[in-house]
Formats: sequence, structure tokens, C-alpha cells
Amino acid sequence: MTDIKAEIDVLPGLDPRAPLLEVNDLHVEFRTQYGVAHAVNGANFTLAPGETLAILGESGCGKSVTAQAIMGILDTPPGFITKGEVKYRGLDLLKLSEKQRRKVRANQIAMIFQDALSALNPVFTVGYQLAELFRKHRGMSRADAKRRSIELLDQVKIPAARARIGDYPHQFSGGMRQRVMIAMALALDPEVLIADEPTTALDVTVQAQIMGLLAELQQQRNMGLILITHDMGVVADVADRISVMYAGKVVEEAPVYDIYARPSHPYAKALLESIPRLDMKGQQLNVIGGLPPALTAIPKGCAFNPRCAYAQDVCRQNPPPPPYVVAPGRTSRCHFWRDVVGE
Amino acid sequence: MSDIDAVAAVAGPSGEAPTEPRHANKKDKPRSLAADAWIDLRKSKIFWFAAVLVIIITAMAVFPGLFGAGDPRSCALSRQHAGPSGNALFGFDYQGCDVYAKTIYGARNSLQVSLVATLLSGIIGLVVGLAAGYFGGWADALLSRFIDVVLGIPFLLAAIVLAKRLSSDPTSNGVMAVTLTLGVLGWTTAARIMRSSVIASKNQDYVAAARMLGSGPARLMMRHILPNSTASFIVVLTLLLGANIASEATLSFLGIGLKNDAISWGISIAEATPVARVAPAPLVWPSLFLAATVLAFIMLGDAVRDAFDPKLR
Repeated sequence: MTDIKAEIDVLPGLDPRAPLLEVNDLHVEFRTQYGVAHAVNGANFTLAPGETLAILGESGCGKSVTAQAIMGILDTPPGFITKGEVKYRGLDLLKLSEKQRRKVRANQIAMIFQDALSALNPVFTVGYQLAELFRKHRGMSRADAKRRSIELLDQVKIPAARARIGDYPHQFSGGMRQRVMIAMALALDPEVLIADEPTTALDVTVQAQIMGLLAELQQQRNMGLILITHDMGVVADVADRISVMYAGKVVEEAPVYDIYARPSHPYAKALLESIPRLDMKGQQLNVIGGLPPALTAIPKGCAFNPRCAYAQDVCRQNPPPPPYVVAPGRTSRCHFWRDVVGE
Repeated sequence: MSDIDAVAAVAGPSGEAPTEPRHANKKDKPRSLAADAWIDLRKSKIFWFAAVLVIIITAMAVFPGLFGAGDPRSCALSRQHAGPSGNALFGFDYQGCDVYAKTIYGARNSLQVSLVATLLSGIIGLVVGLAAGYFGGWADALLSRFIDVVLGIPFLLAAIVLAKRLSSDPTSNGVMAVTLTLGVLGWTTAARIMRSSVIASKNQDYVAAARMLGSGPARLMMRHILPNSTASFIVVLTLLLGANIASEATLSFLGIGLKNDAISWGISIAEATPVARVAPAPLVWPSLFLAATVLAFIMLGDAVRDAFDPKLR
């Protein structure tokens, strides 16, 4: 087995000084028998080593599809990437052959799934599944691969790792399973880790442990982390920057402190206002009226206009607003971002 | 290599309650699925019962001489329907042949036809089902319609035509022809079952996760989809095993199966059926052996399937 890391280094177009991960104007659509669903309509973001970017949004806003498109594990058909670039160190992954793409996966970019139980193969022990990665990708011997697997399970803080590598996924508790999943994703030392709702299937105390573990591992390895979630509480602690997605578009991108202090897009603002707080005891919760649009029928103009308190005719008739620069490193797709921030 | 004392020493800093260390009292290291399955199988009574039956029946097929039977082909009408005598433990049939000897010697043909035909059906079913389920789209449409076509052909009609074509050599005993016929016609159910379980496991997250970790199509198919799709497939095959012995009997009864004084349980059952009211023994004994064989293989398949299912562990 040749060294895949070395092969990747000679891939043409790879520039070590280029941004770690750059997504430009990504469009993904699903062609179904009921029509074309526009799941992602121009997602943009960049990720630097050691940085945590949170992608925030309601169910069905295109968060997970974006992640799948970056990984290249979109089911095609029905899913198609129609436009855009996913650049890893300046190299457009979408232009690579499937074979080259496969080498990038896990070696450079890896992903953690929401439900670790269904993401681990039920008929093999976790030790086998981990060791297989080392043997196939790194050409290690059985003994070496086993030793590395135990080390890795130790790193993700699974107690008695040596004894547990002979266990099957269903014999682990939910939190431990997610740790195994993290271990598998990190096995080949990727530089980018995408975590697709890594804690949604876990209870709150375990959530905090897993998020802590992710943050710690990220620091040790100086990885770029993309955290996909709908949980604003999870984000506040760990993220450096936040991209808020709505109907397949990044509507606001900002450093985490700024967005919590002064959101500049009505949707981000409404999301923040809907978080229950202790001082609201006895009052009614703020909710965002209406539903996210069906992806087969996204409203004309700004997709958020039917639910937006700031909406004017320009939002309904003009083409969708461009990303206005609110401050350096901060954009908002709202014509009235000044009003939203100003309040 | 795996040091159990070290297990206790490596205490995780996590606050999560670790699930009980299952291997605490066993001195073992991580094993393969097959090794795990074998440990489970060894404890299964059903497995041992079935295994012993299968071994006896196989011995009958391979070394019929071991069972002290007389010559199954020495028949005398003077002994028609006579009771048990000497080493003819089960008495004599309509033609005055030794029922015990015929039952023992019949195992070889019956087992050979049914085992090989089932194996053949299994291979065809596996390949067609896996391909249809994995590739989907037009490949699936094409293969599924092909399955429908084969399924749509009346079994007996197709078997008669096929077996007749295949056994043009008048000196052959027809074992090869019947085996091929049954194998080529019997794979459809297995293929359908395989296809649907492949489709079910193809969409599981662990297949996506494996792709995420750089697995290619071959690895996805062999490592992740196939091992998770074989449970019901194996059950269907064990059932087919019994059905094939019966089908061989049907074909032999119609005169297109085994011939040239070949001996099989199917033929014996077919011959004894019309006179069963006068002489039940020649019908009952081969039927019993047939039932025991099928039962043994079904139990064996069941036990093996359970042992390979880690969820039941």
C-alpha cells in the first residue's frame, strides 16, 4: 500500500498557503418526481486551521446537505451539485475524479454522523472497524493497527479501551458510541472535521462531555471544525464563527460574539429571541411564525420575507439580497441590516 | 497479549457510567465475527443436534456401506410388501426391494441433487440480488424484470423442458441434469430477498460513514452491505434445500428426473405413494429421512444465522 498522504501532496493545484477549506457559491438540488428541491442555493464560507465554524439553522435548511456535498457522499441521483466550488487548500474537490476524491476523504476531511449507532457497522467489532482503517489506508500490520486503535480509543477517553475493542457497536452506550465515531473520523488525522449534529441523539450531560472532547481534540490537532447544529446553546461555547443558513443560503456570517450581541439578519435575530431564558419565567416564548419554505417552492425575492417583520416590497420583488458586508468578516443578506443591527 | 489486569488500570476520566466490561472474566482478545460465532455455536444445543443429524446423513451419502444395509437393487416379487426380516429392518416394498437399503442408498442422490442445486441457486441469487440492490436504477430494473420472467415460467413445464434437454445421454442417471435444472430455476426467491435486504442496508448510515472514510464500491459491497444482508437469505436457502429434494422426487416421478434404476428418496416416495394404504412402511421411512434431513439443515441454518447476528449476543 502506498502512502496516500504523500500522493495527496502531489495532487496538482494543492497550495499549502491557500485557505484550509473554502466553499464558494455551492448549489445542490434534488431532482425528485415531485419536482426539483433546491436544498443549497449558494453557500459560502471559509475555514481556517484551528477554527470552529458553526452552521446553524432549522431542519431542512440545507445544513446536512452542505456537509454531504463537501464530503462528496451525496446520493447522486437524486442529489446533484449544480454549481460552485469546494476548495481544500486551493484544490477544487468537485473537479477531482472519484478515485482521487476517495483519498481526500478521511485523510483530509472527515465527518461525524448524528446517530453513531447507525453509522457503525453492526456486524463488526469497533476494534476491527478501526484497525481496518489503519490497515487499508496506512498499510499497517494487524498488531500495529490494533495498538493504534487502542491508543485512539484512549484519546477519545473510552474507559478500558483495551478491553472494549472486542465489543460490537450496540454494546456501547450512546455517548461512548459517539466517541467511537469520533475516533474513527480522526483515525487518519484529517485537517477538517465536519460534525453533523454530533450531540442531537444524546442527553444533555453527555452532550457537554462530547462537545468538550471535540474542542479538546481540535485544539490538540489544530483542526478546522465545522459544527452543524440547530442548538444555539451548544454553539455559544465552542464556535469561533457562525453561519446562519436559511432555505439553502447563508443569511448571516459573523464572529460568535457579534452575532449573539447584535444579530444583523432578521432570521438570526428571531432565532436568538426564541431561546428560552431564565428571566422570561412565566412569559410566553418568542417563536418565529410560519414554517420554513418547501425547497421545491422557495419564495421569490428574499426567502425569509413571508416570516419577516422587516419585509418591504423590495424584499418580495427584487432578486434575493446579496451578502452585504456589515463589518470586516461579517456579512448579512438583508437589505435592512442597518435597521436590524441598530435596534 | 491482552492483559486483563491492564483493563482495570486504564480508568477513563469520563463521568459517563461505563457499561459493564463484558470480557472481565474471560481471558480473550478481540476476535473476528466468525470466531465469536463459533463460541456461540458451541453452546447451542440446537446446533449440536442439527450437526449430528447432518453428519449422520452425510455419512449415509458418502459411505452407505457403513450402515449394514443389504443390496438395494436385489428385488424379488416374492417378497412384495413383506415385513422386516434380517437386515431389511424396514421391510420390503411393492417390487420386493429392501426398504432400509433403498433409504440408506438413496441419501447420496437426494443429498447431492439438493445440496448442489441449492448452492447453485444461492450463487445466482446472491449475485443477481446484490447487483440489483446495490446498483439500482436501470440495472435493478433489468435484473428485477429478469427475475419476474424466470418466476413467471411455470416451474414444472420449464423443468421438464430443461431436464429433457440436459439429459440427452441415455446412459446417464440424470443426477447432473436434475441438479442443473433445479439450480437454474430455483434462485428467484433468494435473489428477491437478497435484493431487498441489500437495498435496506445500502441506505444505512454506516455505508455512508464507510464512504466518508474512503471505502470504494467493492469494499462497501463486500464488507458493509453483504454481511448485513445475509440473514434472511440463509433462511430462504435452507428452505430451498428441502424443496429441492421434493422437486427432484416430482421430476423423477414424471420420468424426467433420475433414471436408469437410480435410487433416491424422492423416487421411493413417489413409487410408494399409490400403494400407501396397503403398505405404508415403504412410504413412511424415506419420508421420515427426508423430513429429518430438511429439519437438520433448517436448524443448522437457524443456529448459524443466530450466531452470526451480533445483536443477539
